[in-house]
Amino acid sequence: MTQADAPDTPHRRPLSRIVLPYAMLSPAVLVTLAIVFFPMVQTVWMSLHDYVLFRPNDFNFVGLKNFRAALNDEVFWISLRHTIIWMAATIPAQLLLGLVTALLLNQQFPWRPVARALVIIPWALPSVVIALMWVWIYDSNYGIANELLLRVGLIQRAIPWLANPDTALAAIILTLTWQGFPFFAVMILAGLQSIPGSYYEAASIDGASAWRQFWHITLPGISGVIVTAVLLRTIWVANSFDVIFVMTGGGPGYATHTLPLYAFIKARTNLDFGYGSAIATLFTLMLMVIVLLYLRRTAKAVQ
Amino acid sequence: MALGKRSTLRRILTVDLPMLAILSFTLGPYLWMLITSISPESTLFTEGPSIWNATIENYTRLFATVGFAGNMLDSLIVALGTVAVGLSLSVTAAYAFSRFNFRGKRILMVQFLLINMFPLVLLILPLFILMRVLGLLDTHLALIIANSTVAIPFSVWMMVSYMNGIPRSLDEAAMTDGCTRMQALRRVILPLCLPGIIATGIYIFITSWNEYLYALTLGGRNVRTITVAVQTLIGEYEVQWGLLTSGGIVGALPATILFLLVQKRLISGLTQGAVKG
Repeated sequence: MTQADAPDTPHRRPLSRIVLPYAMLSPAVLVTLAIVFFPMVQTVWMSLHDYVLFRPNDFNFVGLKNFRAALNDEVFWISLRHTIIWMAATIPAQLLLGLVTALLLNQQFPWRPVARALVIIPWALPSVVIALMWVWIYDSNYGIANELLLRVGLIQRAIPWLANPDTALAAIILTLTWQGFPFFAVMILAGLQSIPGSYYEAASIDGASAWRQFWHITLPGISGVIVTAVLLRTIWVANSFDVIFVMTGGGPGYATHTLPLYAFIKARTNLDFGYGSAIATLFTLMLMVIVLLYLRRTAKAVQ
Repeated sequence: MALGKRSTLRRILTVDLPMLAILSFTLGPYLWMLITSISPESTLFTEGPSIWNATIENYTRLFATVGFAGNMLDSLIVALGTVAVGLSLSVTAAYAFSRFNFRGKRILMVQFLLINMFPLVLLILPLFILMRVLGLLDTHLALIIANSTVAIPFSVWMMVSYMNGIPRSLDEAAMTDGCTRMQALRRVILPLCLPGIIATGIYIFITSWNEYLYALTLGGRNVRTITVAVQTLIGEYEVQWGLLTSGGIVGALPATILFLLVQKRLISGLTQGAVKG
C-alpha cells in the first residue's frame, strides 16, 4: 500500500487508520447483510406475491392482496388479540417476579451465591425442553399441577389445562413467565448493585422509611435498567413462539394462536409463503411501532 | 444478643423464606422432570413419579433405541460451527467499534443492535428458500448459517462491552513499543479479553445448542439436533414420559452446566451496557 511512503504529517491521519476499522468490520457487516438483511427484504418482497411453495412457477406480483386478505382473516385478528394478551400479561409478570427476586438477592443471607446461581437455570434450558416439561406438568391425568391443586382442594376434578380453550393461553403465560423472569432478576440486580450504599445511609439517618427509600432511591436507581430490560424482553417475548408451538401448536382450535406462530404455521403447513410473509411483515411493523412509542415515552420519563 | 436473634428471625421471614419460595418455583418443574426421568416406565402411570425405585432404564433406552448419541453429535457440530463463525467475525468487528472513531460507526453499531429485534419468523421463510436453492437443506452448514443470524450481532455486542473494559493505554503502549495495530490486537488485547471471548463463545454455544425452530425447519432428517429429536419422541412413540423427560434432561445438561460455569461473566457482559446506558 501507499501509506508506507506517505509523509507522516500530524494533522492528516494515515490512510491505513481510516481504512482499517472498515476492513475489520466488513466481514461481520457483509455476513449480516447476506444472512439477515437480504432475507428480511426477501420476506417483504414475498409478501407482495402469490407464492405457494408447491407451485414454484407461480410467483405473481399481487401487490397488497396478501395484506388485505390478512386484515379480512378472522384468525389474524384472533391471533393479534392473543399476542396482545400474552405480551401484556407475560412481561409485567416477569418484571414483577424478577424485581422481587432481585431485591431478595440483594439482601445479605448465607446461601446467597447458591440462590443466585440456581435462580437463572430456566434461562439455560432449551425452549423445547421447557415446553415439554410444562406439558408434562399440565398433563390432565398424571400432571403435578392437577395433583397439587386437587390435594389443596382448589379444584374438584382434574383440568386438562392445555386442551381446554379457556385455560390454555393462561397456562402458556405461566410457562413463559417462568422462563423469562430470571432475566429481569439478573438485570435489576446489576442495577441495584450500582446504587451507592451511602444513599441509603443518608436516607436512614434522615429517618426515611424502607418504603420511602425504595420509592426515592431504589426505583430511580434502577429505572434505566428496567427500561432497557423491558425493551429487550418485549422484543424477545414477541419473537419467541417455539414454546407455544411445542406446547399446543396453536390449539386447541385457535386458542393459543399468536401472530408469529400463525405466520409460521401458514408457511409451514400450508406452504403459503406469500401469505405467511405478509403476516410476519405486519407483525414486525406493529412491533416496531410499539418499540418506537415505548422508547419515546421512556426517554422523556427517564430524563 | 436478643436483638441479633430477632433480626435473624426477621431475616428468615422476609428474605430466606420468600427466596426459597421463588427457588422452588424456579427449580420445581426441573426437579419434577428429573424425578420422572428416573422413575420406571412401568410404575410411572400407576404410582406416579417417585425416587424410591430410581432407575436409569429410561436413559439406557434413550441411547439404545432412539439414537440419541447421533443427535447429540449433530447438535455439537452445529453449535461449535456457530461458535467458530460468530467469534471469528465478531472479535475484529468489536475491536474496530471499541478502538476507532470512524464515519458511520453509530449507524453500524445500531444496525447490530437492531438485528436482534427482528422476529425470527421473518427470517425463517427466506432462509428456507435460500437453503433449498443452494442445496443446503438438512446439512450442518445450513443450521450454522441460520444460527449465525442470532450469534453474530449478539457476540459483537458482548465483545464490544468486554473490550471497552480494557484500557486503551495498553494497546497504545504496545504500539509505542513497535507493534503494529494487528500485533497489538493479537498480543495484548486478545489475551486480555480471553475470558470475555470464552464467555461469549459459551453463550453462542448454549443458544445454538438450544435452538429449535431453525433446526426443525432447515434440518430434521439427516441432521436432527437434540431439540428436534426430543420433540419428535412425542410423535414417533406414544407419549412415553419417562423417555421424553430423560431426553429433556440429557439435552439440557451440556448447556446448563456451561451456563452455571460462566454465569457470572456472562451476566456482567450482558448487563454492563444496560447499567451504563
